[in-house]
Amino acid sequence: MSVWLARLSVDRWRLAHAPDARTATDAAPSALILETAHGPRITAANDAGLTAGARAGMLLADARALCPDLAAVPADPAGDLAMLEKLSLWAQRWGPWSALDPPDGLLVDVTGVAHLFGGEARLLADVGAAFAARGLTARAALAPTAGAAWALSHFGRHQAGHGAILGADDNPLHQLCDLPVTALRLDDDVLTVLRRLGIKRLGELAGVSGAQDDPAREAAARDALRRRFRNHRAPAANPLLRLDQLLGRVPEPLLPVTARTMPMVQRRLMEPLRHRSLLDRVVEDLAQDMIRALEARSEGARRLELALWRVDGEVLQRRIELAAATRDASHITRLFGARLDDVEAGFGIEMVQLRASWSEPLALSQSDLDAAAENHGTSLAACIDRLTVRLGAKAVTRPVAHASHIPERAQGWKPPLEPVSAAQGALVFHTRPLKLLDRAEPIAVLYASPDGVPQRFRWRGQVREVMRVEGPERIAPEWWRERSTARLRDYYRIEDEAGRRYWIYRQGIAGDGRGGVPDWFLQGLYA
Amino acid sequence: MSSLSLRPPDARILSRALPEPRWRPGLPAQTFHSEIFASANEASGAGLALALARDALTSKDPSGGGQDTRHVLWVQDRAAIRLGGRPCLAGLPPEWRHRLIHVAATTPEDALFALEEGLKCRDLACVIGEIAGNPRALGFTAARRLSLTAERHGVMLWLVRLDAQADLSSARMRWRVCAAPSPQPRWNPAAPGTATWHAELFRARAHMPGEWMLCDDNGTLCISSDPEQSSAPDHVGLARPTVGRSLAAGARA
Repeated sequence: MSVWLARLSVDRWRLAHAPDARTATDAAPSALILETAHGPRITAANDAGLTAGARAGMLLADARALCPDLAAVPADPAGDLAMLEKLSLWAQRWGPWSALDPPDGLLVDVTGVAHLFGGEARLLADVGAAFAARGLTARAALAPTAGAAWALSHFGRHQAGHGAILGADDNPLHQLCDLPVTALRLDDDVLTVLRRLGIKRLGELAGVSGAQDDPAREAAARDALRRRFRNHRAPAANPLLRLDQLLGRVPEPLLPVTARTMPMVQRRLMEPLRHRSLLDRVVEDLAQDMIRALEARSEGARRLELALWRVDGEVLQRRIELAAATRDASHITRLFGARLDDVEAGFGIEMVQLRASWSEPLALSQSDLDAAAENHGTSLAACIDRLTVRLGAKAVTRPVAHASHIPERAQGWKPPLEPVSAAQGALVFHTRPLKLLDRAEPIAVLYASPDGVPQRFRWRGQVREVMRVEGPERIAPEWWRERSTARLRDYYRIEDEAGRRYWIYRQGIAGDGRGGVPDWFLQGLYA
Repeated sequence: MSSLSLRPPDARILSRALPEPRWRPGLPAQTFHSEIFASANEASGAGLALALARDALTSKDPSGGGQDTRHVLWVQDRAAIRLGGRPCLAGLPPEWRHRLIHVAATTPEDALFALEEGLKCRDLACVIGEIAGNPRALGFTAARRLSLTAERHGVMLWLVRLDAQADLSSARMRWRVCAAPSPQPRWNPAAPGTATWHAELFRARAHMPGEWMLCDDNGTLCISSDPEQSSAPDHVGLARPTVGRSLAAGARA
């Protein structure tokens, strides 16, 4: 949607007067002027001035010749632009984002929004009513592309109170072929060239550029026109590019307006302050609040304004500028402390406000992270993070129970601090070793008792006598997971002559038909 | 009257722990950095470290020992894992099973880093480390760093040194431990009994050196005077003790 505020500067000048004085200003022919090298030149005139003959672009002297009592008022382009910025933010009530179209237009993206207002026609009616309520003359138009909307709002045929709508299904060329080439947002010299070429309407340009039926003629004609504007890279200097933008063949990026609020903190005081020490305290608190506000936006302050409201209504302003963006509360307090020496408290200060009118991005710094950890210790999450960052995520884990009887599968490793899923309570009947080897190590049985339990074995090059045995605890292979040749395990707790306690197992039993003589392994160490 | 006047002020009594020359389990004043030298072919080092840690935590906080939900950090370097294996969940004390965080460090340097980071973390109940051999990184400076960090943040550290020489160290208590024959269980005399260790305290600041036969009696560390004693407890608890918590709380957990 494009909104053209056709008489923005005049409307603004008019709204600056009191409501009861407006009839008088409307009656008097007036013109807004701007000083130029050739003297004051009219930029806009009110209705009475227009009827009197004043036109935009006229020299004031020429207009005075037509209408001697024409009042000249200095124009304010910067104020107009600021007003336009505010309006574009305000126009975001109709769409998620809006863009400026200087000097006097707005573009609002209303894709998929019209149904919220009851249709496109009612949306445009709402726009017209809202701008009329603000006392601004506005012409709005809806179109699939920004270029078409702009052309329609500036040059479309407007019924009274209704904007022009170009639907998504309409052929834009058929609808817009009557518009002048000025509707393409071109520079003045390009318009001159086009006028000399005899191209006055969009339809003519499109016919020349070949959007009609014959493809061969179209390509040749477009090629001729393109050669003339070959070196014109900017869209505003190239009518073909502008036409393509209007038809939606090439994209037209727009720069949206976003509102950035100024960080502001303030304190309303219960009792008016009359003493310097209390004021310093309040400024210190405000600086702390400001640091927090800036930290939330990851910005640092470049300019800070302190305003002190006195009981008698006087407002004292103090302003500091900083060499680099900062978020140091003590630094800010110290700087303001030097500027507060000449404050006249009078009957007391009842409100203090601190604003950062200029702030710059400042990443969070971790200068005192180590120092804080050194002094106060870290939290568990911070500790886990530090370990994970240096050692890797797989190195820092917690053991969790897994539903299996095979010892090496009965335990899984999960990231710490992750919630543990509910598990069935384990049987406390069997004693498990304190530590499990990653791989069970084979042991050489040198001598076995008649029931098959080793009496003497060698492990890690040392021969050990088994003094006490408890077992076997038989753990069958998981047939639903393992191959049919997997052998069962008979686990024994043993203690050797020195009191060392181990967990050993025999893999398979003799004659189970799944291999030869069963091997012995040592898998765990008891405390 | 004279005895009253000789009594030191209360602050001095509180500030200075009573010097106890002979170490015993359950001392209220605990050291923050202990070293335990053990063989890598047995789990006595880790077992004694665990028992000492539980003893220290319960004696430090005798009322809420069972309610402690802080995590325990267990750091091992790669050689220690290869020689001694990883902690087994089902073999840990029941109240520690859900709050163990295991760190498998590749090198001794990484293990020392993890130990120091763990000691800085006030949310940990204690830190247990296992480092094999005498790596160059674990010199006197590293040990002193660990001691200072532990004492500064009040987190206790038991460092198990597997197959290591007792070189220079600033640990406040240094133990040497090996397994000892266990007492006979009541119900099956042929079976291994509760864990028993022969522990030698060979260097300590506040205590005299000495040797003890320690055993882990159902979660509490105690001195076993006579291993042949027939009244040695059975390792199989017929019913789980529910002291310190309600059954409903356990069911909810």
